[in-house]
Amino acid sequence: MATDKKMGWKELSGGDVLEAGTAKAFETGDWRTERPIHDKDKCINCLFCWVYCPDSAVIVKDGRVMGIDLVHCKGCGICMTVCPPRAGAIKMVPEKQLK
Amino acid sequence: MPGIKTAKTGNEAIAEAMRQIDPDVVAAYPITPATEIVQIFSQFVADGKVHTEFVAVESEHSAMSATMGACAAGARAMTATSSQGLALMYEMLYIAAGLRLPIVMPEVNRTLSSPINIHGDHSDTMGARDAGWIQINCENSQELYDSVLQAVRIAEHADVRLPVIVNADGFIISHCMEVIEMLEDGVAKDYVGEYNPDRYLLDIKKPFTLGALDLQDYYFEHKMQEVDAMKRAGRVILEVGKDFGKKFGREYGLYEKYKLDDAEIAILVMGSTAGTAKNVVDELRGGGVKAGLVKLRIYRPFPFKELAGELAHLKALAVLDRADCVNGLGGQMFEETRSALYESEKKPHIINYVYGLGGRDIDVGDIKKVYTTLQEVASTGKVIQRVDYIGLRE
Repeated sequence: MATDKKMGWKELSGGDVLEAGTAKAFETGDWRTERPIHDKDKCINCLFCWVYCPDSAVIVKDGRVMGIDLVHCKGCGICMTVCPPRAGAIKMVPEKQLK
Repeated sequence: MPGIKTAKTGNEAIAEAMRQIDPDVVAAYPITPATEIVQIFSQFVADGKVHTEFVAVESEHSAMSATMGACAAGARAMTATSSQGLALMYEMLYIAAGLRLPIVMPEVNRTLSSPINIHGDHSDTMGARDAGWIQINCENSQELYDSVLQAVRIAEHADVRLPVIVNADGFIISHCMEVIEMLEDGVAKDYVGEYNPDRYLLDIKKPFTLGALDLQDYYFEHKMQEVDAMKRAGRVILEVGKDFGKKFGREYGLYEKYKLDDAEIAILVMGSTAGTAKNVVDELRGGGVKAGLVKLRIYRPFPFKELAGELAHLKALAVLDRADCVNGLGGQMFEETRSALYESEKKPHIINYVYGLGGRDIDVGDIKKVYTTLQEVASTGKVIQRVDYIGLRE
């Protein structure tokens, strides 16, 4: 819940986040030092990466991997690790090389 | 309303109160001298006398964690422990208070190791005094039974929402059989009422996050809410204690005054020793000595303002602590009582006695000596020894 004006203790709700799904509004993509590059041609759409991604950052549509949500991807590389070696559809590339 | 007269040990009295409260979840791990509480209670579970989900866990750290989880989910949850068990919960105690979970936990006071010792003193709960838990202390099984029931009302009060520890002196209260008056089951159930939390995690209509990361920008404000709740708890404790008196004839406050108002010398003490000291006061009064006593019931929140008002008129006051801060001075209550009186224009000479560590007995003779010293301090206006130790061999 990004807000410019910070609430005082008398107006705050006690320690709770009262909306669901607020993590979506928080950009964690800027923590990333390595970016997963997904190769659609090599991808066998086993969806292992989608299952294992701790940030739900693998975008899937109609059972097919469409790419990575870079606003939330922290660059942990789990998707690359679980991608079957013979497919090898995900590579981690340092962000520095991409800029 | 007439209750049921019955003979119960302190542990049995607690277990009976828990049976009547019939919490949704009890998670516990046994430890002397509190073991019987959950042992008896688990029998109630096995016999179908309560609808409680009993979770036998592998440690007190887990006991408190499971109790907190259940409470956060929306259940009325309880546990009970003592000494090392409470120490093992330490990390969780702060979290329960910070998450504002209204857990009620009977605690049988036993010293902390080392040297290893299973007997009673207050060092265990004194270690948790800054954890954000309300602490109620009891002189006997009757107060214990009544206070466990009241604790539910206090903890769950909308202005409080803090966890409560109800203390019983190890063995002296926990294992001593006394006649107590219990409420009838239905009356007790009505008294504690239904638990209707205003927010709980299993409420799928109002999803929310509990215990989220709270850094430099908000932690302080949330901690202040906890501090404020503890300040407000005093008023709620008084209301609940008064209401209990109106309903059942036994009224409770933040402390109990015993022949204090016209006293010149007095003792401030907590727990079972207050009973012994009252006998000494009676005897001294018989001899014309203006002796009095204050039994502190609510240790957290500490009634700073109220106590200062009650004690200011005395000539000499002895604070009896069943624990030592090990800070180079003396006991916890002594420091806080002195602090409470610091701003009073008129105040007594205050001395401190540490007593009963590791279950060391304290008797009428010991307490008489304290009053004799108080008489000397009152008449001479001089304190020879600020902090002393009762029953300690040199």
